[in-house]
Amino acid sequence: MNPGTHPPPASRTLPDEPATLELEGVDVSYNGVPVLEGLTFQVPHGASLAVVGPNGAGKSTLFKALVGLLPIRAGRILIHGRPLGHHQDCVAYVPQREEVDWHFPVTVSDVVMMGRFGQQGWLQRPSKTDREIVSASLEQMGIAGLADRPIGELSGGQQQRAFLARALAQQPHILLMDEPFTGVDFTTLEITLALLEHLRARQVTVMVSTHDLNLASERFESVLLLNRRLVAHGSPKDVFTPPHLSQAFGEKVLFLDGAIVVDECCPPGEELEEWSRS
Amino acid sequence: MVEILDQLLAPLSYAFMQRGLLAASIVGVLCATIGCYVVLRSMAFLGDALAHAVLPGVAVAYLLGRNLTLGALAAALIVALGVGLFSRRGTIKEDTAIGILFAAALSLGVVLISSIRTYAVDLSHILFGNVLGVSVSDLWLTGVLGLVILATTIVCYKPFLVISFDPVLAATLRLNAEFFRYLLLVLLALTIVVSMQTVGVGLVAAMLVTPAATAYLLVQRLPAMMALSAAIGGLSSLVGLFASYYLNVASGAAIVLTATLLFLLAYLFAPWRGIVWERTRRQTPG
Repeated sequence: MNPGTHPPPASRTLPDEPATLELEGVDVSYNGVPVLEGLTFQVPHGASLAVVGPNGAGKSTLFKALVGLLPIRAGRILIHGRPLGHHQDCVAYVPQREEVDWHFPVTVSDVVMMGRFGQQGWLQRPSKTDREIVSASLEQMGIAGLADRPIGELSGGQQQRAFLARALAQQPHILLMDEPFTGVDFTTLEITLALLEHLRARQVTVMVSTHDLNLASERFESVLLLNRRLVAHGSPKDVFTPPHLSQAFGEKVLFLDGAIVVDECCPPGEELEEWSRS
Repeated sequence: MVEILDQLLAPLSYAFMQRGLLAASIVGVLCATIGCYVVLRSMAFLGDALAHAVLPGVAVAYLLGRNLTLGALAAALIVALGVGLFSRRGTIKEDTAIGILFAAALSLGVVLISSIRTYAVDLSHILFGNVLGVSVSDLWLTGVLGLVILATTIVCYKPFLVISFDPVLAATLRLNAEFFRYLLLVLLALTIVVSMQTVGVGLVAAMLVTPAATAYLLVQRLPAMMALSAAIGGLSSLVGLFASYYLNVASGAAIVLTATLLFLLAYLFAPWRGIVWERTRRQTPG
């Protein structure tokens, strides 16, 4: 674990800074089946990017590859111009549904404190700064009152907020959120959207996968349209065009008087199942 | 009053009883501490398998005229790493790998031991322990290994917590989860070998699981669970050993039964998680 601290966000906004995240011809397989092929794109520092595509497009696979949970078969991933693995705590990841043991004897604040482990020594007790960061993160996600409750007693939305608070406590340069808007309650949705604004103000690069094309075009600067290959990458206006959407979603996309409807409401959880084995 | 105290302290005047009590408490504390991970990571079956896997090691060590504890240790480590290797590729599930190695090691142990005629008597000592036969050198070995195990558990508290609770976070923190899984297996193997003389391989699984499960019912955070489990394990060993002295019954079994009694009490009366508590909460709504 890294005892070093991050530079303050201001120092990372220099114009000659390399792109926060670069992918060059990245192939990723899952269980020997190729999922992502020839992925090449760059995410500038501090960007907010929505990752959109049909079920099975490889959105979760992309995120898992970015945090090193899945090996890359070809190509390379660079963060701040350096290959993956050098940046142990600058990428935080909030999976679609946390695959944790919900009966584990940990409280909500214990879970969020785990986000600080990357900055602590093994035997080091939480410092005053660590505790302040944890309580600020809990506060921001609206679960400060639940800090001492066992994690398993929380509702699904509250649990998701606890894991977002942990990601926040990691003070990442890049935050990956897999489907944070799917199947959550209204409060969680509102707080998660407010979190996006907060992170943008702090120049944290955010990548969020979502099925909600409206949300993607309204709340994000840029969109990555994915269907096992890169279909389009750019501003929502440039990406969400009929040809691109047809290419990504095929028959499932309908064009009705200027409105775009994708006939695929909720993810059936196939991307979740990918990981249930491990 | 003084007479009762005298009566209680009477067994302590025997050196073998002092050594036995010391060894039993160390083992009780050790098993109960490592047992928290056994319970939380659902490794009870593995613990039982490892315990039985020490049999061939003991037999081989006896045939070669070597230290029995070292033989047991070698066998437990081989099986622990074997289970890790077999299940790592994913072609065989872990519990299947455990089942295969467990039965094979136990059978090999029985074959070897039954071929040693003079050794048949000691088989029951391996299976059920012989806490009153603890020698001074045994006690030293128990103490040193115990310290190593406890120190490792404390130093690796954070990695063990993360790989047990959230493997995905472990990966993003670049923790070598594989290494810590193996380390936990090795600690488990060491604990079992240390426990062999007190409760025996037949009952060590109970000492791993029962105090930890009791503590799980009573507290809600891992450090508290480990501390309480260790206290319950130590207490069970002391009470069980005294009970076995007065009632003249097998000491290992008495220790396990004491731990079981404590578990039943917690299962019934624990706040929040106990049965009685749940009933009364349901009857008085609000």
